[in-house]
Amino acid sequence: MSDARSLIPGSRPRAFWPYLLPGLILLIVIILIPLAWNVFLTFTRYRGIRPPQWIGLSNWQELLGDEVFWTSFGNSVAMIVAMVVVPTLLGLLLAAMLFDLIGKKFGGRVASFLRATYYLPQILPAVIAAIVIGWILRPKNGALNQVLEAIGLGALQHNWLGSGDTALVSIMVIMVWVQLGYPVVIFMAALQRVDPELYEAAELDGAGWFQRFRAITVGIIRPEIFVVTLTCTIAALKVFGPVYALTRGGPGTSTIVPAYYAYSEFFQSQQVGYGATIATALTVVIAIVSVVFILVQNRMEKEEAR
Amino acid sequence: MSRRGIARRRPSDWVVLAVAIVLGLLIAVPLLLILINSFKSPGDYNHSGPLSLPKELYFDGISAFWNRVDFPLKLWNSFFISGTVAVLAVGLSMLNAFALGIGRIKGRLWIVVLILLANMLPQEVLLYPLYFLFKQVGLYDNPWSVIITFTVIQSAFGTYLLSSVFSTFPKEVLEAAALDGAGRWHVLWRVVFPISRPTLSVLLIFFFIWTWNEFLIPLTFLVSNANQTVPVAITALQGDRLMDVTTTSASALLGLLPTLVFFLIFQRTLTRGITAGAVK
Repeated sequence: MSDARSLIPGSRPRAFWPYLLPGLILLIVIILIPLAWNVFLTFTRYRGIRPPQWIGLSNWQELLGDEVFWTSFGNSVAMIVAMVVVPTLLGLLLAAMLFDLIGKKFGGRVASFLRATYYLPQILPAVIAAIVIGWILRPKNGALNQVLEAIGLGALQHNWLGSGDTALVSIMVIMVWVQLGYPVVIFMAALQRVDPELYEAAELDGAGWFQRFRAITVGIIRPEIFVVTLTCTIAALKVFGPVYALTRGGPGTSTIVPAYYAYSEFFQSQQVGYGATIATALTVVIAIVSVVFILVQNRMEKEEAR
Repeated sequence: MSRRGIARRRPSDWVVLAVAIVLGLLIAVPLLLILINSFKSPGDYNHSGPLSLPKELYFDGISAFWNRVDFPLKLWNSFFISGTVAVLAVGLSMLNAFALGIGRIKGRLWIVVLILLANMLPQEVLLYPLYFLFKQVGLYDNPWSVIITFTVIQSAFGTYLLSSVFSTFPKEVLEAAALDGAGRWHVLWRVVFPISRPTLSVLLIFFFIWTWNEFLIPLTFLVSNANQTVPVAITALQGDRLMDVTTTSASALLGLLPTLVFFLIFQRTLTRGITAGAVK
């Protein structure tokens, strides 16, 4: 780290600073100053017109007692179930199934065609994906309700996104649909590293499919499992578009998430100081989650090396 | 069929294949439903339901929505913003990575971590200060506010990736260029740029698509109709009184078509990039 030489002979590292300057200036103006400004705003009352007024920790105190805020984080947990837990577990099974069984017995083409199909929703902008499923769940003449009616289950018709008991679950289903292809693609790529002889040896030893899956597959692609769970957890905590497009947090606060709550405080309630506090709290949670993930991963790698 | 592995299929294998295909269908069905229902008249839809093929091809829904949002303009806005961001962000990533990976500036590890902040932060923390900043300098409701913001955000990932690529750059090549008396700028443009072009083109495509799919910042900074991007324009009209059932379907179709086209064009590059770990 401390060798004072660049890769170009005769050029000292210091001479490269001009190349870094545009990037650093933009970073300071677009990211660092706004970030610091946002933290400052959490200690103020600010409605966007008159200058911010210093109120100390009031916003933070209010936040801790704010039921809507806790509801929004509760819904974040639901988003983590829908975007991390279910897609990762299902993705592991599907990737192993496609790679280990379908790829080998029915040919690689079938496997990669299925993989591409699972991946399709991932290429859409999240809001458009949400609108696609939202269209199917329309209350009055939506496809799902019409099909239920046609097959004699008309009693099950429901205003899926518009009633408090099903709105959150509907959004969760949408997010599983959007997210599933990502772990499948990553895990299938990772499985290429697995030595086929390992499987054959385990099979000869009489290990069943599930035993091999647990011992070999999950063991070898663990780094990818970490990457997928970390990136998906961050994405789940940040969810905004689908909630904005479909329910605006409603009905009531049943589908509100922190990102949408902050947005509505900024631009609808004009409580900029409080919106900034929600956004900062979300950042702190994301930072803690990332650090914990990376520490756990490091510890596991060290144990492995021993 | 004579190959050993393929010939030995047990009944249970067929069951697994059937499950995998049914799941694939479940995932594809919503998109297929959007496709067939966008070409139906509302009457046809109400009469024969969402599952049947259209009786006759009906383009009024699509053309109504197309004209209503001035779709070509929205396409152009998205294209202009995403394309400019992709080019600028690749350029900025390359300059940063040249200083960090090849120049090996002191403290480079911390600089990379600092730059990566731009990519990790939830955009909500930047939202109000940037909104205020762009209003002050007269860039609010101007595509350049979004272009500048995403150039910085996307180049964070690009700097991270390219710095590690450049730090393993073949030393002999750089030494030969230095012996020829080439300056740093010359080395960057005539040596580093051409050799790393495959990586740069993967980054270019990723930045383009990521920017195309962005929602929160374009929604906040591009308020007037004439500046909206495709995802924002389509979301803005959901739930509108004039949107009947098949027009809404058509709106979803127009929203997903461009990304579907990109996916088909760049499929190979994208899968290569994803599996190489270039994931967000």
